[in-house]
Amino acid sequence: MMGSENEAESQVFASREEMENLVLDEPSDNPNGNGGSKSFSDYRSVMSSLADAHHPFSPPLTPADSDPLLAPQPYRDLRNPSLSHDNNNSYIEPPAYADVIFSPFDENTGSEINGIDSPGRSSDSSLSLSRSPSSSSDYIKITVSNPQKEQESSNSLVPGASTYVTYLITTRTNIPEFNGSEFGVRRRFKDVVTLSDRLAEAYRGFFIPPRPDKSVVESQVMQKQEFVEQRRVALEKYLRRLAAHPIIRNSDELKVFLQVQGKLPLATSTDVASRMLDGAVNLPKQLFGEGSTVAPQDVVQPAKGGRDLLRLFKELKQSVSNDWGGSRPPVVEEDKEFLEKKEKMNVFELQLSNASQQAESLVKAQQDMGETMGELGLAFIKLTKFENEEAKFESQRVRAGDMKNVATAAVKASRFYRELNAQTVKHLDTLHEYLGLMLSVHGAFADRSSALLTVQTLLSELSALHTRAEKLEAASSKIFGGDKSRIRRMEELKETIRATENAKSVAIREYERIKQPGMRLLYGWKELGPVGKVDIHERGFQENNRTELERMETEKQADFSNMLKGFVLNQVGYAEKIANVWAKVAEETSGYATDSA
Amino acid sequence: MDQQQRSSSGYSHSPRSPSSQPYLSVSVTDPVKLGNGVQAYISYRVITKTNLPDYQGPEKIVIRRYSDFVWLHDRLFEKYKGVFIPPLPEKSAVEKFRFSAEFIEMRRQALDVFVNRIASHQELQKSEDLKTFLQAEEETMERLRAHESSYFKKKPADLLQIFKDVQSRVSDVVLGKEKPVEESNPDYEKLKHYIFELENHLAEAQKHAYRLVKRHRELGQSLSDFGKAAKLLGACEADGLGKALTELGAKSETLSIRLQKEAHQLLMNFEEPLKDYVRAVQSIKATIAERANAFRQQCELAETMKLKEINLDKLMLTRSDRVGEAEIEYRELKEDSEEAARRFESIVRLMNEEIVRFQDQKMIDMGRAFHEFAKGQARLANNIADAWRSLLPKLEACFT
Repeated sequence: MMGSENEAESQVFASREEMENLVLDEPSDNPNGNGGSKSFSDYRSVMSSLADAHHPFSPPLTPADSDPLLAPQPYRDLRNPSLSHDNNNSYIEPPAYADVIFSPFDENTGSEINGIDSPGRSSDSSLSLSRSPSSSSDYIKITVSNPQKEQESSNSLVPGASTYVTYLITTRTNIPEFNGSEFGVRRRFKDVVTLSDRLAEAYRGFFIPPRPDKSVVESQVMQKQEFVEQRRVALEKYLRRLAAHPIIRNSDELKVFLQVQGKLPLATSTDVASRMLDGAVNLPKQLFGEGSTVAPQDVVQPAKGGRDLLRLFKELKQSVSNDWGGSRPPVVEEDKEFLEKKEKMNVFELQLSNASQQAESLVKAQQDMGETMGELGLAFIKLTKFENEEAKFESQRVRAGDMKNVATAAVKASRFYRELNAQTVKHLDTLHEYLGLMLSVHGAFADRSSALLTVQTLLSELSALHTRAEKLEAASSKIFGGDKSRIRRMEELKETIRATENAKSVAIREYERIKQPGMRLLYGWKELGPVGKVDIHERGFQENNRTELERMETEKQADFSNMLKGFVLNQVGYAEKIANVWAKVAEETSGYATDSA
Repeated sequence: MDQQQRSSSGYSHSPRSPSSQPYLSVSVTDPVKLGNGVQAYISYRVITKTNLPDYQGPEKIVIRRYSDFVWLHDRLFEKYKGVFIPPLPEKSAVEKFRFSAEFIEMRRQALDVFVNRIASHQELQKSEDLKTFLQAEEETMERLRAHESSYFKKKPADLLQIFKDVQSRVSDVVLGKEKPVEESNPDYEKLKHYIFELENHLAEAQKHAYRLVKRHRELGQSLSDFGKAAKLLGACEADGLGKALTELGAKSETLSIRLQKEAHQLLMNFEEPLKDYVRAVQSIKATIAERANAFRQQCELAETMKLKEINLDKLMLTRSDRVGEAEIEYRELKEDSEEAARRFESIVRLMNEEIVRFQDQKMIDMGRAFHEFAKGQARLANNIADAWRSLLPKLEACFT
């Protein structure tokens, strides 16, 4: 272990030197996004991995007084002191970049760039370093940039064509399934919604990252530029997450989205109203039981899509009878482990939501502190000026001098609080992100539940149909020669049964299909042979054995670890800075100190 | 408390004991809630330690309430015009907080400072009313308080000002003048302007200082909530992450307590001195009003005297039998006028001394307040840094 670690380290070390130089050459990065700074971001993820690997944690040095930008140095790599200095910039940045909305030095994106678990993510350094040679063989990097206003095409009915914003989506990849290694398309937000909807349909049962909000209110309230920038960042994060997902990155939908020029050739989601209308047209026929209008393939889609009102009613009836009826439904969710996992997820989501909320108010409290401190400082500065102008006595001037020191310190402290907060926001953002992720997890589990419900409904219906058929049979056999209408009804009933049988088969297939990812979640990609369950604790480190849940879990560990460490380091760093500022003033005014300390 | 003040206050040596240093030390302690319901109030123990002959020494303890302090303040204000009477803490604006521990403590501290400032003031310490306040039995005090309250409202300057305004306006009309008379002293004008402006600036600073106290409390609260949430989240998680979150949560809660403590310190040692500064400036404004009154009185009496003199001469020329009466009137008026002039000059003299003392004292008071503020903030920030820093190795351990 140690040997390979050193070897890999020196490999990385060598390249790090180059990267360090790269950094020095282009200090002011493209402020509009992570456009050209792939190397820098790699550097960053490598840096944090090395920090994790070594952790020669020593008490921080006191920051140099001269440079307020110098942070205390938590990770002192003794082999390369300047290294740790740069590393610290990952936690405390120069004020120019302390923009709450975005930052080119976003640590989180550093590891998402390659769409794989980059070395920095895993806390187990030996794991990451031994993995890097194999997993760096295929990568995909997506950048969103260059927002532009475009006009709606002229065949709109509304005079005064509406404008919308498109973004340039650039992809760099070496995956052979893509046509080329670097390409770009222009897409608007509506296209992203379409992509997201198609993926949700195609990959029911998977944990699909949630797409950015439509933010209708914000788009009206915020400054246009600010809003566009915020959206650009969100889109980039979203697309990178999609690319990081081992299944979705290979999806046709994503490929089409990233590559096909011009109009996005994915079916747009028709609005709910028209879908409801479709369902309503079919409703009368269905209500009167005339023939089966349910095409088997429609069974595959969840009823909640609004496409099949009748089905909705039936499934609702079934779920009610499941809950309240005495009889057990014929097919139950037998996977106990699935249910346990689901319950755990719910609890986690609840606590995460709470933590996310409290993080918000913590950030607000820090913000307010900084603001009020600043206002106090300004009030004192005004007072100082006033006293100096009107001074008749020496005592006034002395007082004004003391006041000025306090005022200056307060203003400095205020600035530090605000910087601290900008960083805190970025760190605690992990909580919000995971909350969003939980929503998509919910979706995946819900898909499975609704598929099961469909199966149950159809089975109930079949059983009811069979019963009717029997009754009809018994009744007609009593009459000699048979009733013409009754015979006809018998035929129709048999038709219905056949169609429903088909639908049932499809539904069961669908349910099993959806269950598969869940099973895969728990048991791995390997074929479930007669051997049965795979020991979920066995951890091979080849990609295709990783279960999705495990992958998520590892990622979560890494993300949260970074968040906690980053948050704490940040607090330490800025608290020290603030302490120094005030210590100076305390020193300067120590003459006034009373005996009672 | 004000050690410096006391040493420079200059007690006259008692003829009876020339060797021992005279001292007068007062403390206001032990707030106790008495009475019930709407009638409820806080009483304080006022302990006087002294070797002065006029006092019942060496120690005397009396029970006083807030309105007794108000009585003392108003009496001093009436008697010692020109002196900046030490300000009182405000009457409680909101019923709800009248008996909150914090409010009671702040008031007690302010009252203690109030009495001590009087006791160490060169002029005020000689006051008979102070003696009464420090020594009289509670029943006596109660009688005095009830008797005086009808005359001396909370802001005697304002009341008398209005009264005198009416008076002067009437006499102005009678004498054919429209505008009230004011001093034409440019230095004094500058001082007045300075005082009024100063109050505005100080009030703003004090407002922000109070908000800062609130922010400390809010930050403390949010750290506590955040800590709890982190712990709950940690309970969902296994092993490393769970432990890390729990540790973080615990640390957050610890810091929350620290912040609440600092908020209290900030209130007592920084915001309160600022408020005290504002009150002191308001007291000066009251003295300015008194000076204006005295000046006006002096002018009016001088005017009236002149008129009376003219009238007297006229009467003397006409050998009227009202001459005697007029002479007596004139003499009385002259005495009054001279008295008014003396009073005014005394105020001017005292104010000049007072303003120097005020600036010096405020330099010290604010210096101390700034020091405490800076010290408190530095200490808080260091505590925060230490607390979070101590968490780092634990976090490392959790994730390896």
